[in-house]
Amino acid sequence: MRVALFVPCYVDAFEPEVGIATLNLLRRFGIDPEYPFDQTCCGQPMVNSGCHAEAKATEALFVRNFAGFDYIVVPSGSCAHQVRCHMTAIEQTDEVRHVRERTYELVEFLHDVLKVDGFPWAEFPHKVSYHNNCNALRGLFHGSMSERREPATSKPLDLLRMVKGLELVEKARPDECCGFGGTFSVFEPAVSVKMGQDKVRDHAMAGADYVVSADSSCMLHQQGCAERLGLPLQFRHIAQILNGDAA
Amino acid sequence: MSGSEEPRRAEDGLPALLHEDLHTADDGGARGSGGERLSHGEATSRPLQPPAPEPQPRGAKLYHRKPVDHNEAAQRFIDAPRHAKMHDERLWDLRQKRDGQMHGLPEWEDLRELASTIKQHTLSNLGDYLEQFESQAKANGIHVHWARDGAEHNRIVHGILADHGARRLIKSKSMLTEEVGFRDYMASVGIEVVETDLGERIQQLDEEAPSHIVVPAVHKLRSDVADVFARELGTDPANDDVHYLAEQQREKTRPLILEADAGMTGANFAVAETGTFVVCTNEGNADLSANVPPLHIASIGIEKLIPRITDLGVFIRLLSRSALGSPITQYTSHFRGPRDGGEMHIVLVDNGRSARLGEPEFWQSLKCIRCGACMNTCPVYRRSGGLSYGATYSGPIGLILDPSFDRRRYSSLPFASTLNGSCTNVCPVKINIHEQIFAWRKVLAESHDIGWSKQAMMKAAGTVLSHPTLYRASIATAEGTLKLLPDFMVANPLNSWTARGRAMPDAPKETFHQWYERTNGGKEEPS
Repeated sequence: MRVALFVPCYVDAFEPEVGIATLNLLRRFGIDPEYPFDQTCCGQPMVNSGCHAEAKATEALFVRNFAGFDYIVVPSGSCAHQVRCHMTAIEQTDEVRHVRERTYELVEFLHDVLKVDGFPWAEFPHKVSYHNNCNALRGLFHGSMSERREPATSKPLDLLRMVKGLELVEKARPDECCGFGGTFSVFEPAVSVKMGQDKVRDHAMAGADYVVSADSSCMLHQQGCAERLGLPLQFRHIAQILNGDAA
Repeated sequence: MSGSEEPRRAEDGLPALLHEDLHTADDGGARGSGGERLSHGEATSRPLQPPAPEPQPRGAKLYHRKPVDHNEAAQRFIDAPRHAKMHDERLWDLRQKRDGQMHGLPEWEDLRELASTIKQHTLSNLGDYLEQFESQAKANGIHVHWARDGAEHNRIVHGILADHGARRLIKSKSMLTEEVGFRDYMASVGIEVVETDLGERIQQLDEEAPSHIVVPAVHKLRSDVADVFARELGTDPANDDVHYLAEQQREKTRPLILEADAGMTGANFAVAETGTFVVCTNEGNADLSANVPPLHIASIGIEKLIPRITDLGVFIRLLSRSALGSPITQYTSHFRGPRDGGEMHIVLVDNGRSARLGEPEFWQSLKCIRCGACMNTCPVYRRSGGLSYGATYSGPIGLILDPSFDRRRYSSLPFASTLNGSCTNVCPVKINIHEQIFAWRKVLAESHDIGWSKQAMMKAAGTVLSHPTLYRASIATAEGTLKLLPDFMVANPLNSWTARGRAMPDAPKETFHQWYERTNGGKEEPS
């Protein structure tokens, strides 16, 4: 099984430890992912703004980097969603379709492809509030959503429940958006910040010490809001928890 | 109560975790008449603080040919914390009641699918169903008119009213009449219009548009309503008791209703096979509008058609559950024809609908039954208020309807969304709302309606992100990263990110890429 690691641009720049945790976690399951050196971005910033034409070259570069792999694994729900659901600016060749179908968000890959049944090395004796990234939840179907009448399921929570000592807390609004929204965060700062502040208050009211998510972008935004409010919340990517990185 | 006396305010001036009603000016303990601290149980349960007066934030400022600045209006709404908090909580409460109703119906998702399929079928055969409806309605004794656009609708209604010498029209709530600027037109021709829906009446008296398609005055505190009624109806400005206000409005409006020359309603559903139409209200006001005066005019958008009376149950079961979380509206009124000695007219209005029907990416928006569930669930709508959109339709459904009425003015609205997808999943007729918002962004970018600076930034970003060497050089420093990554980028990225209560992320000592190069992917250092 040839697996490639895609490290999104904002993880590369702001959260390198998330990329490292993802790499090491995959190695624990006997997979040594390749890291194509010319990778940059999935094109989401442009596409999110409607600028598909401007994303064309970036999408083409992505496919050049990741063609020929059985799986492309990325520790980000929104980037996986972009590749699988929105990478349409370039011509849809067999190669492009293959790359798009084979791109997996990390939780999905562990849960659905590797079907992992434990993280014996991981321990996290803390109260954790899990943040559902909207693209992961409603775009990649990480689990059931509160809007629908469907049995309650959650792939990320299935995984977190295997971590020793980890205690999940419940928010009042478990799957409300945190207000990041990509370029929304800068073009609509008023609502974006208000949503972020409400979200981190919800985490804190639920008694969380840590916020965990499968997407660092939402957490960069939330962390910024929590800092300004003076809330003592810590933020960790799910890869770090599952890899057993120390708190 | 001044800000400095309030306990536990966070550094940005926003209320801390404690619910603001629990904040008191002193340390919170109850005191006796001599100022002594009372320590027994009842006395220490603190009375809620009376709310300090807070002027109602107004909606988006509209300028000729300039795109609506949703962010600016949203900021003003958020800066009125009592209004903002009430609005978010009131609408979230509706969303939760809707969830409760959903869980009570095991067939909920099947109903949504069925409703969507019926609407798709109807829209796919709309011409046939409209003709069937027209002939059945005529057979029932109804006069049927066709209006190509809003102006024609207004002229037709004016003509009918003029024929009857009508000077006063009472009407029940109708988004279509908002869409076509009906009240303004009537004012210009000297016909008095009285809204009979309480919320809509409040908005009319305050000269504001409805801020929500189901609960038009939901953005107002009861103290705002007391102000409006005191000004317009002469009520006691100090009395904001809801029963008092509702009673006063009723007393002042009933005589106008009884003396009206004509009544107007919209319609929630028009049934092709029977030529009948259905109006759903919770106040019974449509029945007053329709039944008190001898002349009843119904304005109906052509997308309101459903084929058969047996299809109606599907929509009735979904409509109020989705809108307000109640099983059914208080009144579901069926109108079949004029009563003895009366006259009934229907105006079927296109106003851009048939053009939208021809748009592959957007025609499904015509399935909308105007329940407002997408607005109640939308975290952006709940925090910015309906008037911040500066358009007839606000919230998620507004983002996809408004640009088709005026692409330039509403070009910014599809960007007033995080694309979180909650709207799509509450929609009772399964409109792919967030996908249409996404599709609108593409349409607007292709026609260069997103602002030149944004487009130039995206072009620059696309260049850097498609060239690995340029990309590596750009993110070598945190400042460079912020300039590059459009997720964090506007003309003044640091300002926009940090202006209001949001700190910058710290830059790490090296990027993932640098780490990988230095350590050969961690193989040359202990992990």
